[in-house]
Amino acid sequence: MGGYFSDIFNGSKSLLIGMGITFREFFKPTVTVQYPYQTLKMSARFRGHIELIADEEGNPKCVACGMCQRACPSGCISLDSVSVDIEVDGKVKKKKVLSKYDLDFTKCSLCGQCVENCNFGAIDFSKEYNLASTRKEDFHFNLLKRLEERNA
Amino acid sequence: MSLTLLNVIVAVVIAIAFAAANAAYLVWAERRGAARIQRRPGPNINGPFGLLQPPLDGIKLMTKQLMIPGGADKILFMVAPVLAMAPAIMSFVTIPFSKGIAAHNMEIGVLMIFAFASMGAMAILFAGWGSRNKYSVMASVRAVSQNVSYEIPMLITAITVVMVNGSMDLKAISTAQAGGFWHWNIFPSLHSPLMPISFIIFFICSLAETNRAPFDLGEAESELVAGFHTEYGSMGFGLFFMGEYANIVIGASLTTILFLGGWDCPFGMFPGVWWFLLKIYLLIATFIWIRWTFPRTTIYGLLNLSWKILIPISLFNLLLTAGLLKVF
Repeated sequence: MGGYFSDIFNGSKSLLIGMGITFREFFKPTVTVQYPYQTLKMSARFRGHIELIADEEGNPKCVACGMCQRACPSGCISLDSVSVDIEVDGKVKKKKVLSKYDLDFTKCSLCGQCVENCNFGAIDFSKEYNLASTRKEDFHFNLLKRLEERNA
Repeated sequence: MSLTLLNVIVAVVIAIAFAAANAAYLVWAERRGAARIQRRPGPNINGPFGLLQPPLDGIKLMTKQLMIPGGADKILFMVAPVLAMAPAIMSFVTIPFSKGIAAHNMEIGVLMIFAFASMGAMAILFAGWGSRNKYSVMASVRAVSQNVSYEIPMLITAITVVMVNGSMDLKAISTAQAGGFWHWNIFPSLHSPLMPISFIIFFICSLAETNRAPFDLGEAESELVAGFHTEYGSMGFGLFFMGEYANIVIGASLTTILFLGGWDCPFGMFPGVWWFLLKIYLLIATFIWIRWTFPRTTIYGLLNLSWKILIPISLFNLLLTAGLLKVF
């Protein structure tokens, strides 16, 4: 019989403690991010799709060596270059300039082999994650165009 | 009081409007309250503080198709949601909000409200049986056994209050408690020293009668999909939902009238309907607070609480009150 009443007493006490906790939580500030209106800053090691890095003048650092294209296990990078004549110290020299850099993100597994293999630090992961579409073509990125848009 | 047809229509329209408005905005309050307790903002997109959410939810429910599952008992299936909502609205008719605000005061108001409240169990049983769904039947059987076992301590406690006040008239019970909070029934008196415990028992029972967490075994989403309203969509579901919230308002009103002095002001100042509304909304806030604090009990825990704790204590209380009333 003594156990009966002490059970009721202890049970009620623990219920009141629980209610006290929720009462305190009620007045604490909210911690959720209101997603479409607020976004979180992605951490330094977040892997989005790859992005070309620009040098000081805004041109791609890429020298069009093609290492990334060869390193890619899924073959989603395709790049092309043209030879341009430029003057260096009064002499005309030929230089390879990147003319096309396409990424097929539908096949990319974000393994990072392209970024690892680049000797010039010309590509890196972007922090882009708002990628949603019903069409495949939306994931064929023209990275050169994206770089120009960023520079503009 | 003469009852003309116009009186009846006005009273019914006001009762329906009050019940519907409360149901709509208590859902909003519940969602906001739950969100605050879980440190989220809750619905905040539609209108200031999300206040347009309930009407938009209503429009969404009304534009959905009303589906009747194959093999269901059509009549019972259609009757059940109406039966969940109608008694709740009926009960509003006799609740006195203030000295002058009551649609129709009855001398047996307490009896009438309990009579209508017990019809709620029938609505759940019809819904479960009519749906032709195992989950629904299981849930309705649970909910009915729960409602029946919690009606007993609730009624015994109500009888205690009725005995102390010597009346079943809700208005008379309120008036008898007038003149400051020390006159309220919740405070122990010479005739009934265990009144605070009665209040707690009555409060727990009104929580269980509305089938709300932690006693929401009739819905038990994790076990029974959505319980007795698994097969209901559209406004059928909407009516169950509104019925639940209307029952919460009635439970809070009844607790206020029986224990917290009705429209009486705790300090004897500014008497009026606002005290009544303040008290019922404080009780409803506690309902919401409890719902989002405690997890669901098991069916055994639920029935044990009623049969082993609430019923013996309320019976003892009834006997003690009867004896003291006889002696003093």
